[in-house]
Amino acid sequence: MTPQTAQNANTETLTLAKAVNAALADSLEGDDRVLLMGEDIGKLGGVFRVTDGLQDRFGPQRVIDSPLAESAIIGTAIGMSYRGFRVVAEIQFDGFIYPAFDQIVAQVAKLRYRSQGRVSMPLTIRVPFGGAIGSVEHHSESPESYFAHTAGLRVVTASTPQEAYSTLRAAIQSDDPVLFFEPKGKYYTKGEVDRSIVRDLETANVVASGRDVTIAAYGPTVDTALRAAIAAADEGIEIEVIDLRSISPLDVDTVVESVRRTGRLIVTHEAPAESSVSSELIASVAERAFQHLEAAPERVTGYDSPYPPSAVEHDYLPSIDRLLDAVDRTLGRRNSRTGLDYSAVTPATVTTGAAR
Amino acid sequence: MSITVPAPRPELAVGLDCPLRVLDLDGSRLPEPLLDGHLGDIDEHALTNLYVDMVRVRRLDVEAFALTRQGHLVLWPPLLGQEAAQVGPARALGDDDWVFGSYREHGFALLRGADMGEFARIWKAYAHSGWDPQEIKMAPSQIIIGAQTLHGVGYAMAAKMDGAAEVALTCFGDGATSEGDVSEAMVWASAFQAPVVFLCQNNQYAISEPVAVQSGVPLALRPTGFGIPSMRVDGNDVLAMHAAARIAFERARSGGGPTFIEAVTYRRGPHTTTDDPKRYRDKAEEEQWLAKDPIDRVERALERMGANMEAVRAEAKIRADQLAKEFRAAAEHAVPPTAEAIFDHVYAQPSPRLERQRLEHRAFTSSIEAKA
Ligand SMILES: Cc1ncc(C[n+]2csc(CCOP(=O)(O)OP(=O)(O)O)c2C)c(N)n1
Repeated sequence: MTPQTAQNANTETLTLAKAVNAALADSLEGDDRVLLMGEDIGKLGGVFRVTDGLQDRFGPQRVIDSPLAESAIIGTAIGMSYRGFRVVAEIQFDGFIYPAFDQIVAQVAKLRYRSQGRVSMPLTIRVPFGGAIGSVEHHSESPESYFAHTAGLRVVTASTPQEAYSTLRAAIQSDDPVLFFEPKGKYYTKGEVDRSIVRDLETANVVASGRDVTIAAYGPTVDTALRAAIAAADEGIEIEVIDLRSISPLDVDTVVESVRRTGRLIVTHEAPAESSVSSELIASVAERAFQHLEAAPERVTGYDSPYPPSAVEHDYLPSIDRLLDAVDRTLGRRNSRTGLDYSAVTPATVTTGAAR
Repeated sequence: MSITVPAPRPELAVGLDCPLRVLDLDGSRLPEPLLDGHLGDIDEHALTNLYVDMVRVRRLDVEAFALTRQGHLVLWPPLLGQEAAQVGPARALGDDDWVFGSYREHGFALLRGADMGEFARIWKAYAHSGWDPQEIKMAPSQIIIGAQTLHGVGYAMAAKMDGAAEVALTCFGDGATSEGDVSEAMVWASAFQAPVVFLCQNNQYAISEPVAVQSGVPLALRPTGFGIPSMRVDGNDVLAMHAAARIAFERARSGGGPTFIEAVTYRRGPHTTTDDPKRYRDKAEEEQWLAKDPIDRVERALERMGANMEAVRAEAKIRADQLAKEFRAAAEHAVPPTAEAIFDHVYAQPSPRLERQRLEHRAFTSSIEAKA
């Protein structure tokens, strides 16, 4: 039920932040065309210290403290890609990626297609994302769907230090541009890391198996889902937990295969539900495994509001209890929504704090 | 208490009062101390070559315009009037230098060696990019205003890291200078002393908006605030443009960092074949610029040098007509991509999802064909 931790001579215990650091260091070491670029990543080692010590070790030419200009971080990395550099660009916080949006979705994503395969953009864009760090606005967001919606980009996440290490190594080696969303709320959680493991960028991973309900999660919600699975086990309910890992392209096959056995699907992420990874996954599963579904799929996500002030974030972010509530609903055991009359909800009946 | 605000450093910009020029409107040679030393090797033969280049670029433009009107191309952004601003710098580039331009850089594309068949496919909307960027060292044309300036800076930074004496030339319009990317590009170029040259073709308009809407100061003054030296050059004077580009490229190659060139020129045609310039320009203005035609000026200069203009014109016409013929044939006979190209080159490592859609599309089309 808990993630398997392969304890052997090759592993070391690292925080997720250190695992990212190790992946960057090993990539810089292994390929002299790899370089890092971002705000404060050099002397300071990044605002989360993820790049700690790398500039000392590899020099300011390969670990570049950039001016404060997100569009330029990505735009100049594109120019470097034309010359065969593999740039790992850091966007300091999820909420600061928007000035670079054009360069990512209109430029990086499309150059291979536009040039009929003649131009490669082996660029990795690291983005700390998600909530639960108790900071002020614009410091906790989940913008992954904007990028998952864009053809030509790969969008990946990590849930553990091992996944962070292995995923980032694969991202840097990939000739496709990759957005790597790092769960910043998990930066300081520890786990075993085996540096010999480099993953692919395509497949989801079944991290707990069970026969009753499938929960698909990624990034920070994988841990929440695993904890929900442990709690449900006390009541004799077996939950299968899938770490989607790559959210674009999405490994629908693995989820379909699981739903064929469990008949029930819950998708969870911190981002709002509307036009999100859960929208996509549930639609894809409905297309391909409708006849295997024994209950309507459920989602446990952030609400369709901006990330709230962190004082109330615990009500916004998916929690173990909200997941278990959804588990109950899919099993027809109990339904917290019973009695809700959506037809009564019209703009006129909705009172806001100001109106009250 | 009075507060003094530090002024931008106009001493970093030359030609602000009057754009740098070496060919007068009547073709006579004007002394220009800054540029003269960089034109020593330009004899009658070299000037003739620049002339022929400009005639060919103009012919390509005129032909493409006609092809659009005749329905063979879907759109064309004409460069008529801007030939000198492109040919001058293009002929100063080394083989290994790179160009990162906009959508109006037909002169650069031609002189970098773009395949005309592939080039035509862009404006027929058969392909997004109509040349091999690595082969001709010119990035795909750029529609997003200003985005390419950052790519040019990044390329230049990378060339510098590799210790290569190469230059990236990035071209954009006057309107583009309002975009954040262009300012960011100048910040980076200056911070990293990148061997990049910013070529702003100030053709006076961004679609309908005159340059005054974009800037309250001469565009050449802008980069000085970033610590980037700049030159304001008569963009209809091919020799001045050539010399200015040589200076800028030489600076970049020898570690001197970025330079900005404002080519003061005029777009004589519409913004694109869908535009109506009569709504925002008047005849008098157009006529005034007609008198500054970049090609006529070189003809007069060559005459003054004693060239046999009849022969030069004839030779240029033969080569221009040949190009036009080649381009027309390419445009008329271009083959559209197959529908399956939709699925190609999205990823280096094809995604299973997209491959599934390819199969679905194939199955769907063959089911229709089977019925028909
Ligand atoms: C980011 C962006 N905004 C708007 C447009 C639409 N547009 C296309 S060309 C143009 C004017 C550009 O003017 P300028 O930079 O002076 O170049 P010119 O066309 O005159 O060569 C505009 C607004 C665009 N292509 N990209």
